[in-house]
Amino acid sequence: MTVESTAARKPRRSSGTKRAAGASTRKTAAAAQSAAEPQLVQLLTPEGDRVETADNAEFLPYVEDITAEDLRGLYRDMVLTRRFDSEATSLQRQGELGLWASLLGQEAAQIGSGRALRDDDYVFPTYREHGVAWCRGVDPTNLLGMFRGVNHGGWDPNSNNFHLYTIVIGSQTLHATGYAMGVAKDGADSAVIAYFGDGASSQGDVNEAFTFSAVYNAPVVFFCQNNQWAISEPTERQMRVPLYQRAAGFGFPGVRVDGNDVLACLAVTRWALERARRGEGPTLVEAFTYRMGAHTTSDDPTRYRRDEERAAWEAKDPIERLKAHLLASGDADEAFFAELEQESEKLGKRVREAVRSMPDPDTMAIFENVYADGHALVDEERAEFAAYLASFEEGH
Amino acid sequence: MAAEKMSIAKALNESLRKALETDPKVLIMGEDVGKLGGVFRITDGLQKDFGEDRVIDTPLAESGIVGTAIGLALRGYRPVVEIQFDGFVFPAYDQIVTQLAKMHARALGKVKMPVVVRIPYGGAIGAVEHHSESPEALFAHVAGLKVVSPSTASDAYWMLQQAIQSDDPVIFFEPKRRYWDKGEVDVEAIPDALHTSRVAKAGTDITLAAYGPMVKVCLEAAAAAAEEGKSVEVVDLRSMSPVDFDGLQRSVEKTRRLVVVHEAPVFLGVGSEIAARITERCFYHLEAPVLRVGGYHAPYPPARLEEEYLPGLDRVLDAVDRSLAY
Repeated sequence: MTVESTAARKPRRSSGTKRAAGASTRKTAAAAQSAAEPQLVQLLTPEGDRVETADNAEFLPYVEDITAEDLRGLYRDMVLTRRFDSEATSLQRQGELGLWASLLGQEAAQIGSGRALRDDDYVFPTYREHGVAWCRGVDPTNLLGMFRGVNHGGWDPNSNNFHLYTIVIGSQTLHATGYAMGVAKDGADSAVIAYFGDGASSQGDVNEAFTFSAVYNAPVVFFCQNNQWAISEPTERQMRVPLYQRAAGFGFPGVRVDGNDVLACLAVTRWALERARRGEGPTLVEAFTYRMGAHTTSDDPTRYRRDEERAAWEAKDPIERLKAHLLASGDADEAFFAELEQESEKLGKRVREAVRSMPDPDTMAIFENVYADGHALVDEERAEFAAYLASFEEGH
Repeated sequence: MAAEKMSIAKALNESLRKALETDPKVLIMGEDVGKLGGVFRITDGLQKDFGEDRVIDTPLAESGIVGTAIGLALRGYRPVVEIQFDGFVFPAYDQIVTQLAKMHARALGKVKMPVVVRIPYGGAIGAVEHHSESPEALFAHVAGLKVVSPSTASDAYWMLQQAIQSDDPVIFFEPKRRYWDKGEVDVEAIPDALHTSRVAKAGTDITLAAYGPMVKVCLEAAAAAAEEGKSVEVVDLRSMSPVDFDGLQRSVEKTRRLVVVHEAPVFLGVGSEIAARITERCFYHLEAPVLRVGGYHAPYPPARLEEEYLPGLDRVLDAVDRSLAY
């Protein structure tokens, strides 16, 4: 498979345009309402009931194989991710971390999409994809180095096909697209997933990534967690049309999924990844979710949003809804939850201890890895600085 | 094989061809680099011979070009990116500075960024705004990037080979007004290391240091000065990051005087750093302060004024006289 050959292939269908067209041709009041307020793909209601409708029928086959054990696994992933996240927030409050960007409320979007991936797929995260990192097998403590200030990331992206956290908003969507272009050139059937947020959707880079991926038919899934807030700015400051609808303008499908429904996120991401594998190019998934916490530990959401809004989203909590489903279906018993609670506390303890014992880097690390092939100025400054440090040791 | 005479443009083209032939991971990306062969024809014929899969016409979006090149590099490719004109690199500046330059360090050395960004730069071609700029200092200032500029056909060929082989990102500034100047290229030679300077003309009374398009002006100045009995040494710096301060120091310790010449504005330009460092290194050898000749702190002027704006023979000779007068 080459870029040239895939470019010639047309996407089999354009879900974004199909859905929009369907909405405009139906004349019912319900349809008019759904055009104004786009329907989410949802497989599990906030009450934990399974939903099977014509609207989500396309995605149901993608979770047909999910067993009770799988559901418990997804639940466990979300609980442990939340536990890790809350531990990190506490560690910031205790002064062990300089900053933390909490994913609270976004567990389903991250675990659902993360568990849809194959090992050979590649992830390009923002700085909040702690749940996706968990799914990729990145040790949670590795994520904390940059927030403690001992490195800027530093894990090997290729050991888990999980790229470094990217802080400049939206930059990684282009890296993901380029990587996906490379996958296509290699003739591999891996897929690439790029995470970003509603704020990033305003960035030029994200729109350029949409353009490049469409033009080269790159096997990439753009997974936007629309958590409603870009620090203090609501989505009204980023867009006039629902985000997923933008995909149609770039020539690939866009789908809005209930981002607090782990099953729906799993199904829709699997669907999008399979499109990529089949050579049908990019897909935009908008996971409609909510940032329950602050943007980061430095933020104060009370200055810009109402408690009622948060309360309304709390009722749609991703973890509670799967728990309700597991209990109602009998797919999990109390022993499972009790055991998970213990595991969760163990994880918290492990993270706490790992952070507290995380060594500061060696001072001379300032000069390491600036270049792969070396640089005369870096060598000169390293030597000067080493001599300066040594002057103290010699008691001058 | 004997050396062959060719233009700088042709040497760059041959160098890209050679890279595409020898390493299947090398890709060429940019606006109009395919059928058109680039607006300066540097990639002429390459798409025809290597296919659209390796010589890639990109959407008109510089950040997208560099951003996807980074992704391709992460996948194991070695993209050689063409930015159409100097003044158009800025949409990509964010990707170059925040991502390309820092990725290796961010990953604690676990990933490499073998990306070359080719930029035709400099003035004197009678162009409209944004087509004549010299932004090299803006890149040399950024740790993680290497910045070079050839002034001869031989260097154009070899330095581009070396830049493509480098595991670090290299910003490769091509002196566009010299594209059609010809010189000998020996494709079987053993080239100098990429980041070394070269004595383009030996002399004893004063050193002129330059790179890219200004080397020729300095050589002409040296010839004119010779008629007045002044022996001028011309050092072609070739690399602006790192700068070969050792090589330059050897020259200045011999001549005791230095004038740095570039098209870019003098204020905080490469010449400023060179003046500071050479003053530190050669303080007791210098007979005069290090002087700089370059552009002014003003937007690059309309083409009808560029001849006055750009450092020419007379401005360089004036600086030589001022230095010698100390």
